[in-house]
Amino acid sequence: MSAGEIRRVIIIGAGQAGGEAAQRLRQGGFTGDITLIGEEPSAPYQRPPLSKKYLAGELSMDRLLLRPPTVYTEEGVAFLSSVRAVWIDRASQRVRLEGGREIPYDALVLATGARPRKLPLAGADLDGVHLFRTAADVDAIRPRFNAGAKLIVVGAGYIGLEVAAVARQHGLDVTVIETAVRPLARVTSPEVAGFFLDEHTRQGVRFVLGGQPAVIKGQAEVTGVALTDGTELPADLVISGIGITPETTLAQQCNLAVDNGVTTDKHCRTSDPNIFAIGDCARRPMSYYGDRVQRLESVHNAVEGGRIVANAILGKEAYAEETPWFWSDQYDLKLQIAGLFQDYDHVVLRGAIADRAFAAFYYKGDQIIAVDAINKPGEFLGVKTLIQRKLTIAPADIEDASRPMKELVAAARPL
Amino acid sequence: MPKITYIEHSGKEHVVDAPVGQTVMEAAVKHAVPGIDADCGGACACATCHIYVEPDWLSKTGEQSGMEQSMLDFANEVQDNSRLSCQIKVTEALDGLVVRLPKSQH
Repeated sequence: MSAGEIRRVIIIGAGQAGGEAAQRLRQGGFTGDITLIGEEPSAPYQRPPLSKKYLAGELSMDRLLLRPPTVYTEEGVAFLSSVRAVWIDRASQRVRLEGGREIPYDALVLATGARPRKLPLAGADLDGVHLFRTAADVDAIRPRFNAGAKLIVVGAGYIGLEVAAVARQHGLDVTVIETAVRPLARVTSPEVAGFFLDEHTRQGVRFVLGGQPAVIKGQAEVTGVALTDGTELPADLVISGIGITPETTLAQQCNLAVDNGVTTDKHCRTSDPNIFAIGDCARRPMSYYGDRVQRLESVHNAVEGGRIVANAILGKEAYAEETPWFWSDQYDLKLQIAGLFQDYDHVVLRGAIADRAFAAFYYKGDQIIAVDAINKPGEFLGVKTLIQRKLTIAPADIEDASRPMKELVAAARPL
Repeated sequence: MPKITYIEHSGKEHVVDAPVGQTVMEAAVKHAVPGIDADCGGACACATCHIYVEPDWLSKTGEQSGMEQSMLDFANEVQDNSRLSCQIKVTEALDGLVVRLPKSQH
């Protein structure tokens, strides 16, 4: 398909991926119609600060916005907020909105994101029990987010631990319930998980590891959580952070290939050549990981998807992929992650955990495939560079913290 | 409101009203100045808001933090006047600030 044939682009989903796609299309010279459809009332905004500075009250909604709302009109992007797309007709290339309006497309971008999993428990609808995904979710939490309040966080992933950190800094009494035997079980190694467990414990967070919530107690308002072993924990506020499910309803309804996310090629093109999928709702081949098809939940993936799709629609050279990267802020700790650690066979530490500044390098054979860098930005960016350039460094050199990372990267050897 | 001039690598200038209290990165992004990606939104997590501060202004833009220095070690084409624009807070004293953008943030 040549760029000349695409005059009308619809982007369903106005999160960071959808917003980036619209911006990059315009900046890349696309002069046709762009319609950006979002369920939320706001223009595209940053989600990462929701569990950090926004929850802490240090950042207003205005500063969360990725771009000022007026920019969409200025750039000729039809931004439709608080609207849901309900149907895709692939044959006639039209999207139907709730209310019945139909809009034709030449290229369609699905950036529908994900839904937070709801606790599958009796009492999950009580007042004071909250999901954590949108600015509206945080606004709803705020009236109960007060010093002295008893908070139970269900799920010790990054969202759960970031919320726990902000809550402790605001004087809440915090208990984290996690079904796995350690926090961050899905996303990091036992070494790094152990460090964060110790830090949170030192900050006064209580953990119930291997705990199974059975029921959320309360009449109209939540009063506590009962575990399957009979333990009852009191709560004024329950926040669940037990993961997200990709929003693929529209894609499934029009029979696109879907398997824990809309499956795409490296250009983010789905099984229909006129439809693309990006961000949390999509899975694509990871070029630095043997083209393993994977779904990533991250800002990096959202913006990169927007850039890839814009280049594909504009008929430009494929966007050069970056090493996947992530970050998490908890207390005064900045965790930066480069790469995908899942396949690692051994971990090498650089720096001392006791210094609260160290990095865990994940090796597969002699190749560094990922790093978790805690207050060690050089190690993070160093590994990001190594992976993109297909280089590696021997474990003995990594362990020698007296040699600067920059020097090690400069002397790294090709794989 | 302080005015900041951003000069793209191509030489194209953008003069922007920058609210006090926001960062030099935010003012650029909110006015769609191309060439500052700021993927992490100002968390000092990504090093894609690299700029060069015009030498006359270096004393007014403050010191690099250790974190910022380590990040800049790995940015492209780093110079003595390199900064991460998410780490420079806009103040009245920065009215008239001129910064230049690198060729690429990645």
